[in-house]
Amino acid sequence: MSTIVTLPDQTTAKLPKRNYINNEHGLMSWLLTGDHKRIAMLYLVSITFFFLLGGFFAGMVRLELLTPQGDLMSADTYNKMFTMHGIVMIFLFLVPSVPATLGNFVLPIMIGAKDLAFPKINLLSWYLYMAGGIFTIAALVLGGVDTGWTFTTPLSTHYLNTHVVTTATAIFVAGFSSIFTGLNFIVTIHRMRAPGMTWFRLPLFIWSQYAASILMVLGTPVLAISIVLVALERTIGIGVFDPTKGGDPLLFQHLFWFYSHPAVYIMILPGMGVISEVISTFSRKRVFGYTAVAFSSVAIALFGMFVWAHHMFIMGISNYSALVFSLLSMLVAVPSAIKVFNWGFTMQKGSITFETPMLYAMGFLGLFAIGGVTGIFLAALGMDIMLTETYFIVAHFHFVMVGGMLMAFLSGLHFWWPKMTGRMYPESLSKFAAVVTFVGFVLTFFPQFLVGYLGMPRRYHAYPAEYQVLNVLSTAGATVLGIGYMLPILYLGWSLKYGAIAGNNPWQATGLEWQIQSPPLTENFVEIPIVEQEAYDYEWLAHQKEVTTVG
Amino acid sequence: MQHFISPVLWQFLTHWLTSSAIWPKQASTVAPWVDALYLSLCLVTGTGIIFVVALIVGFAVRYRKEAHPNAVQIEGSTLLEATWTIIPLAFFLFFFVWGAWLYFRIYNPPADAMNIYVVGKQWMWKAEHPGGQHEINQLHVPTGRNVQLTMISQDVFHSYSLPEFRVKREVIPGRYTTVWFNATTPGTYHLFCSQYCGTLHSGMVGDVVVMTPEDYQEWLKSSTSGMSLAQNGERIFASMGCNQCHTGDAAARGPNLAGIHGTKLQMENGTTQVVTDGFLRDAILNPSAHVPAGWKPIMPTYQGQISEEGLIDLVEYIKSLKTNYRVQQTLMTTESNQAAPNAEGTVKP
Repeated sequence: MSTIVTLPDQTTAKLPKRNYINNEHGLMSWLLTGDHKRIAMLYLVSITFFFLLGGFFAGMVRLELLTPQGDLMSADTYNKMFTMHGIVMIFLFLVPSVPATLGNFVLPIMIGAKDLAFPKINLLSWYLYMAGGIFTIAALVLGGVDTGWTFTTPLSTHYLNTHVVTTATAIFVAGFSSIFTGLNFIVTIHRMRAPGMTWFRLPLFIWSQYAASILMVLGTPVLAISIVLVALERTIGIGVFDPTKGGDPLLFQHLFWFYSHPAVYIMILPGMGVISEVISTFSRKRVFGYTAVAFSSVAIALFGMFVWAHHMFIMGISNYSALVFSLLSMLVAVPSAIKVFNWGFTMQKGSITFETPMLYAMGFLGLFAIGGVTGIFLAALGMDIMLTETYFIVAHFHFVMVGGMLMAFLSGLHFWWPKMTGRMYPESLSKFAAVVTFVGFVLTFFPQFLVGYLGMPRRYHAYPAEYQVLNVLSTAGATVLGIGYMLPILYLGWSLKYGAIAGNNPWQATGLEWQIQSPPLTENFVEIPIVEQEAYDYEWLAHQKEVTTVG
Repeated sequence: MQHFISPVLWQFLTHWLTSSAIWPKQASTVAPWVDALYLSLCLVTGTGIIFVVALIVGFAVRYRKEAHPNAVQIEGSTLLEATWTIIPLAFFLFFFVWGAWLYFRIYNPPADAMNIYVVGKQWMWKAEHPGGQHEINQLHVPTGRNVQLTMISQDVFHSYSLPEFRVKREVIPGRYTTVWFNATTPGTYHLFCSQYCGTLHSGMVGDVVVMTPEDYQEWLKSSTSGMSLAQNGERIFASMGCNQCHTGDAAARGPNLAGIHGTKLQMENGTTQVVTDGFLRDAILNPSAHVPAGWKPIMPTYQGQISEEGLIDLVEYIKSLKTNYRVQQTLMTTESNQAAPNAEGTVKP
């Protein structure tokens, strides 16, 4: 069994006359659309805006940390900067990034459906997301919020005069957006698969979306509850978290992390799905150990629900419950390791080309591996005492969330961009951007591991002078990283009008989404396909007859 | 060399390399143990990362399209799946056991530790030594002694972080948390608040001054406020009227407190509780939830009437009570309408 790669000649490709973009015109046709592809584009524009906003806050934080003294802004302003950075990036960028944009766009097509199960609820998700975004911006314009994204009580309930309730409302509302997206995905994957598309013929992207959706539906309501309790405590003083009224401030930590640890997997799982697709496509080879990769997503979702107290090892939980949560945290690392090795071996005996999505995916593998193994440091109880609440933990979760998830998002965006827009981006410039992002990322966050082991606490406005060198390196890296992120925004925007025509299947990928025209029709398929091949069947692709197009 | 790079950068580099570089000083007995675990983790995970990267780069070069135009379709391999499940799992479990062992070592204080109280508040650290020495944003400790810190916050979450000692613990409102260490090298070390606590979080820093035992004795003598914590506690005990019920008499309305610390107490609700520092504090603030068997819930709450420092004084006093002789003596003093003697230079609780 071997497959010879031949990429299609793109010079003869033509844009289809009719597609989801030109099917209807006018602003209202976008704002009232039920088309999952148009909603995905709405999401893409909105999360890009919030990414820029969150990136601005990150830039201000790094700029302040260039010098040991707190000299660029006041302590309160600095606290608002890192708080807003965390809230915007997590709730308004990372959580919706892959599911609501890429997932929304390709998930129904991948399983051979004409849309999601509930198109109007899908649109409602976007409006809820925007409402959350508007509340966040309102909190920002009114003067900001400085609780930290973790809303630690009693600081957030009794000791701050900033716009905590406004921000809490934002997160509460945005939370329902992701609950609805999760619900929509679960129902769609269960009920709307094309004939012959069995569970084990699903692309692995679908499996990871499914696992993440389950976490969204189970976890996010708990976040909503804890946020409501914070708001009630602030406004009417119900005292659930107040020790003087018989409450327990640690309860908030339990509730908050019960969502916010699974949230990490909500963010990373969809990214893992992207990586499976991309590595398979550019190696022209089926994913090594399909079932292992599929079930490891489910295992991550399952174990991920039961590790929340590892955020509380130094907070005075009992030594024995610390033991249990440490063990479970070690176990949750195993499925991630399985995935990394399976991705690696997918490349074995492939026929690999290094287009931009593949470069991002390889960057993901390296950075996610480092982010993952540093998680082992933190899950080891005695080690966690030294490392937690320092820059080590900041570096750790940025390796997973930015080095992992953001790389995966960019990989997926470049991968599906020809499908979404019908056009290619400038290949050499985008490869350059991928390399710049990788270098900038390592330079930004690797020094933070070192400064963390030296003991520099996170969220510090001013710090002892001996930590300056590492902080200067980190800020320098952030500048490079900033350039790396600006480039795609520019050339992807440019490609919308001037990019080469992509054709249906520029990568010769096997997914159903690549067998239809780019950009797709509003109804995706002229005829619902009947699936007779497994996922990643390159033999089937090579021997396929002319791909049907309409136009 | 310095001619080729900017003088400012040169200064940075030399300063960095000659000061802390990338390794904090080891100043406690536990520090080498933590560093050993850290190094082992770095070594094992570093090897793992190098292996993964070598694998990916190796495959990328060997199986690039130019060198390998025909992809060979492989379904998978149960043997390989088992290999890369079991080997990482074995390493993870190994580090789980090691980490757990270290955690118990860091958080279970030895029985002979001397106790210092720490109160955190926005944005300062107050340390209270049993002899009545008070300090702010500093902590003086001797080398070679096991020192336990009993810590509580007056307002929000803080965290007492001592990187050169490799220990850290959250300081929480409403409950005591403890941490212990044994300092090895005299010197001045960082004390950080590492839990975000509001505006001046990064200003909630200080020094831990480690002294030789002789210097420490000197320091203790020169910085005492004149009254020990227990003595302060005795004054509060009298001024709050605690001694009117907790007399130790047979006819008293409250339980006898002499020697009560560390005992097991049968409670009215049927449970058994050990009388710890935290139990005493909770019983003062929320008495109706801490009624010992056979007593009536008549004690009023003292919530909001005693500061955390005052509570520490009371706890220290009750811990020091061996007999009821002094309780009854204080009773006489208040009954005869005489205030307790107000010694020169005492710190009001």
